[in-house]
Amino acid sequence: MSANIKANRPLHWFAVLTAVATFLLLGLGGLVTSHEAGMSVPDWPTSYGYNMFALPIEFWKGGAFFEHTHRLLASAIGLLTTILAIWLWWKDSRRWMKWLGVAAFLGVVAQGVLGGLRVDLINAQLGIFHGILAQAFFVLVCAIALFTSRFWLELAARPKTFPIPRGLRSHVLFVTILVFLQLVLGATMRHQHAGLSISDFPLAHGKIWPDTSDAAVARYNAERFEVLSENPITAFQIILQMVHRIIALLIFLGVAAAAGLAVKRLGQKDSLTKLAFCWLALIIIQIGLGIETIWSNKAADIATAHVLVGALSLVTGVLWCLIAFGRNVATVCDRRPEERRSPGAAAISGNPALAGNK
Amino acid sequence: MKISVIALLAAVLAVPSVSPAADITGVITFKGTPPAEKEITPLEDDATCGALHPDDKPTTHFYVVSPKGELADVIVSLNLTGKSTGASASSVVLDQKGCLYVPTIMAVQTGQKIIVKNSDPCIHNVHTVSQNDNATHNDAQMPGGADLTYTFDKPEDFLKFQCDVHPWMFAWVTVEDSPYFALSGKDGKFTIKNVPPGKYTITARHRKLGVQTLAVEVKDSDVTVNFPAFEVK
Repeated sequence: MSANIKANRPLHWFAVLTAVATFLLLGLGGLVTSHEAGMSVPDWPTSYGYNMFALPIEFWKGGAFFEHTHRLLASAIGLLTTILAIWLWWKDSRRWMKWLGVAAFLGVVAQGVLGGLRVDLINAQLGIFHGILAQAFFVLVCAIALFTSRFWLELAARPKTFPIPRGLRSHVLFVTILVFLQLVLGATMRHQHAGLSISDFPLAHGKIWPDTSDAAVARYNAERFEVLSENPITAFQIILQMVHRIIALLIFLGVAAAAGLAVKRLGQKDSLTKLAFCWLALIIIQIGLGIETIWSNKAADIATAHVLVGALSLVTGVLWCLIAFGRNVATVCDRRPEERRSPGAAAISGNPALAGNK
Repeated sequence: MKISVIALLAAVLAVPSVSPAADITGVITFKGTPPAEKEITPLEDDATCGALHPDDKPTTHFYVVSPKGELADVIVSLNLTGKSTGASASSVVLDQKGCLYVPTIMAVQTGQKIIVKNSDPCIHNVHTVSQNDNATHNDAQMPGGADLTYTFDKPEDFLKFQCDVHPWMFAWVTVEDSPYFALSGKDGKFTIKNVPPGKYTITARHRKLGVQTLAVEVKDSDVTVNFPAFEVK
């Protein structure tokens, strides 16, 4: 663990700034897709033939407003991430943190190029990967913010640190992976540019499980009136949304179980228990936003909020896993050699009330 | 005398033999009540585009049905491929006017030029989306900018033109591989002209209502085809 490393507060707050700015960029990217504006500026890295940073203001209109401001903010994030990577390499003594900074730098470059290629190659499928990489990059920057924090560096020094039961850790890790898969599904749905494949809830095309026969899909397409995303829907897209709904339910149950298990195994006052309840609150909000996305016929602001809370849900799960991992490593490192050989005896050092919770 | 007879004979022989041809006509109809069109509120909310419609509220035009039930914007065509005369056919115009594509449904031949104009005081991007390996384009077009010209090599139903600056703007262009097609008008009528004699399959395609197919035989006189009425099933 890193107990002997002094926290670098300016570096930590710079990482937090980068994470917050990335979150805003995710929102702006979400607005670009929600407004179907991804291709409104047909060239990249120029914008309408101009240097991106010198585009006259009269072009910042309609869909181009969202796409162009997205490009500008993305450039700023690229700059912030570059500074962060250099700073980490220069000032952080942990070797793995230096490389984490390099990974963030490569990630932001890859993300920028991917976004540019999506425009230049006129390839909507690349938008899916652009959306997924955005979520992964956000997680990475948040992790860097965590690793540079005093909270993380002092984990090992905390007197009441005790390991997190393996079952609980595995459970949260599994649910976090499920959240990530859900975001992949969400990105795939959004980049079909076909609006809502199912426009009712809690039923789906009037049934518990929708009819996806050719005749039924033809009827759905005949009856649907999309002003913006005027692509016909397919049976695949309908099934995709049904899977999205089912996974949402599984995630809700999984996170509720994680919160319950955390209370039982760690106690109500443990910071990870509190984080688990924050996670549950986010999932409930996220489900509400998902439902409202359908009921509002995919209103751009609601759909974008759904993307953002999804990103926060993923980050919360990842941070929970990282903190749990950090606490375990800290506890193991703090133990005397004989305790390390007898994990059962030392597993709950500092918290005798939780003996046997593994 | 001999000279004039020979000249007459030469003139007759010089005229190319013309195969008999006939027109295929019909009326496309819609059964039932068409779904109500939607107001394009994002257009009204856009300062520049909204100002171009001071007296009207633009709506979608998915079902153009007359009071008598005649259905417009249906592409009627024969199942012919490799007969395109698009390269020598006159070009067709697709305009961007009032932040809408005009017309929204059209048909061309493979290789036939489509001239896209921008009659608006604002920038548009002309973005084509093909489902059948036709070339995809995305070009900015400034207000008062030069016309853009496109051709497509492969037959395709309802290839999409869209503007992403104004994401409610769509047009759909069907690309045929022969000159034997027509678009039904507001009175539902269509006419496919100068069809050579033969047996054909004739199809009627509506973007939202699907496809209807019939067999038709053309001899030396005009033929009327009666498609069943389209409906939302």
